[in-house]
Order: sequence, then C-alpha cells, then structure tokens
Amino acid sequence: MRTTQTDEHMDELIGLLLRVGVILAACIVLVGGVVYLAGHPYPSDYRVFRGEPERLRVVSGIFSDALAFHAQGLIQLGLLVLILTPIARVTFSVFAFLYQRDWMYVLFTLIVLALLLSSLLRPG
Amino acid sequence: MNSLEFTAMIFGGSLLAGFLGALTGLGGGVIIVPFLTQVFHVDIHYAIGAALVSVIATSSGAAAAYVREGYSNIRVGMFLEMATTAGALAGAALVAYLHASIIAIIFGFVLIYSALASFHEGSHARQDQGPDRIATLLRMDSTYPSSTGPKSYHVRGVPMGFLLMAVAGVLSGLLGIGSGAVKVLAMDKAMKLPFKVSTTTSNFMIGVTAAAGAGVYLSRGYIDPGLAMPVMLGVLAGSLTGARELAGAKVHILRVVFAFVIGALAIEMIYSGFTGRI
Repeated sequence: MRTTQTDEHMDELIGLLLRVGVILAACIVLVGGVVYLAGHPYPSDYRVFRGEPERLRVVSGIFSDALAFHAQGLIQLGLLVLILTPIARVTFSVFAFLYQRDWMYVLFTLIVLALLLSSLLRPG
Repeated sequence: MNSLEFTAMIFGGSLLAGFLGALTGLGGGVIIVPFLTQVFHVDIHYAIGAALVSVIATSSGAAAAYVREGYSNIRVGMFLEMATTAGALAGAALVAYLHASIIAIIFGFVLIYSALASFHEGSHARQDQGPDRIATLLRMDSTYPSSTGPKSYHVRGVPMGFLLMAVAGVLSGLLGIGSGAVKVLAMDKAMKLPFKVSTTTSNFMIGVTAAAGAGVYLSRGYIDPGLAMPVMLGVLAGSLTGARELAGAKVHILRVVFAFVIGALAIEMIYSGFTGRI
C-alpha cells in the first residue's frame, strides 16, 4: 500500500498533467482559429453531413497539415492534443499501479489504454 | 453571414452553455448538441463531434482541480472505465448505422432524464452497509476527507455498477455527451458510494470515456475544425467561469429555469426526430 504522501504527490502530478494538456490544446486551437478566420471569409455549410477529408481524419495527416501551418490542420492538432490528455493520464496510472506492484490494476489500466489507442489508430 | 459572425455566435452560445452546464452540474455537452442542431440546423454528426471534444476539455479542466481534494476513488474509476470506454467505442461505431432521426429521439429522452436527475441531491447521509465480496476482492474500499478526519466507506453492487457504466459509455459515444447523470446514478444508487465520491469519480471518468468516443469521431470525419474550434473554446471558457461562480450563485432557481429550457429543447428534438426534420 502506498503512503498518503506519495498519494498527494501523484494527485498533484495528475492535476498538472491535465491542466497543461488542456491549456496547450486550447492555445493550439486558438492559433489555428485565428489563421482559419483570416483565410475563410465564409463558413462551411454544416446542414448536410459530408465528412472530413482524409488529411483531417488520420493522425499522420493532421500532423503534416499542421506543420504546413494550415488552419484546419492546426485546429485538428489542438483537438488531438486534447484527446491525448486523458490518454496520457491513463498511461500515467499504469506506471503508478506498477510502482505499487498492484498487478490487477496494472492489467485493468492497460485494458483501458488499449481500448483508447484502438479508437485513434484504427482506420476510419 | 460571414465566417467571423458565425464563429462569434457559436462561441457566444457555447460560452453560455458551458457556464450554465457548470453551474447546474449538467455539463456543457448535453446542451451544445440541441443548440447546434435546433438553432443553427447543424447536421447531428457534426454537432456530436464538436460537443464530445468540448466534454473532454471541461472534464479535464475540472478534474485538475478535483484530484487534489482526495475524494475521487481511482480504483473504482479505473475498473469502471473498462466498461465506459468499451461502451463508448461501441456507441461511436453505432452512429454510422443509425439514422439521424433515431439519434435525435434517443438524445431527447436522455436530455429529459439528465434535466430531471439534476434535481436529485444525492444520498448524503447513508448507513454504510458493510463489506462486499467482489469489492473487497477488487480492493475498492477507501476513505474520503471529512471535517472529522478521513472517513472510510465500503463499495457495493459492482456488477450492476459495471453494467450501468457500459450503458453510460454507449450513450456518451452515441450522443457526444459526458453522460455524467448515468455515471453518478451507477455509483450513487448501485454502488452506494458517498455522493461527493460519486460526483468527483464520475468527473474523472468522463474525460477518458469521451476521449474513446472522440478518437472514433475524428477518424470517421465527424469533427470539423471550423465548427469544433468555437465550440471547444467557448464551452471551456464558460465552464471555467461557471465553476468559479458556483459558490455564490442561487443555483436552485437557475436549475429550475434551466431544466425547463432543456425540457423544451428535448421535446423539440424528439418532435423533429419523429417528423424526420433532422
């Protein structure tokens, strides 16, 4: 069993991780938003669903679009960072349970992590 | 309407939704979808995509503040997340096979349930019912801080809680919401957790559940950057302000007014679903 002191220390680290993730995501989305508004004078028609193009759907496409400083790619990258924030938290928990040698919960946490990663990595 | 006006209006609406969602405890996601579909006539797929992203932002933002208070039960949360993430993946996959009208009708009913559940104060004083075999095996029993020092509690009803969490996950993935109301129901009613533990652990789980659904939405192309940008920023800013205002606000009156607005939106969504206007 872990002590209260390491508990508090871990809670603080998790809190910091979540805060940094959300702030970073919001900043990237904001920058992307400014570039977007500068380059798109009229909004798209959202009444009919068309689906996003490949480059805004897969992780590799989003990265290359964002690196080219395209507005849509930047916003998508920010949203990807946001999606990765809870995933990073679960990853952190895997190590926390490993440290406590709590094998049952290491297994549970790895299952959650595998489910999360499968959602991002499988082709649409 | 030009892009700047459109973005400003969506941002303003999302700001209000996030603010009221945090004040009433309903969350922003559940309000954003009807706001986008009924007011701006946005296709429901784009609406749930943008809403689910904003759910991650508010849940993670709030959880960052909660974890330090020591109420959330990490073991209970992690165990149940197996159910919610699996459910969310199934729910998000289901979106592709269900007609928009059906999604709107389900959404309407869940909306009404959430509004009613927001009046439920939770079981504050509860007799501890002693240890439970499964919960003991899973080492879920824990303590929470109280004015008289750490108070221990026992967890019960694990299978029922797990099942309800799977349902909460499916709803989250299908509708782009946090489904906090169902999560609290599972932990408060089925698993007999202290109310403060239920609500904070639920918040801990919402972000992870939403991330599972959002991953599927992203790869399916439901998340449009032009729409998700003002929604995410608006809901996040609104909910942070709302959480700060929570202490001094006359929450009860607000809750009643808000429940009526939600109820009206829900009925309109169900009606549009049945008449095929969505």
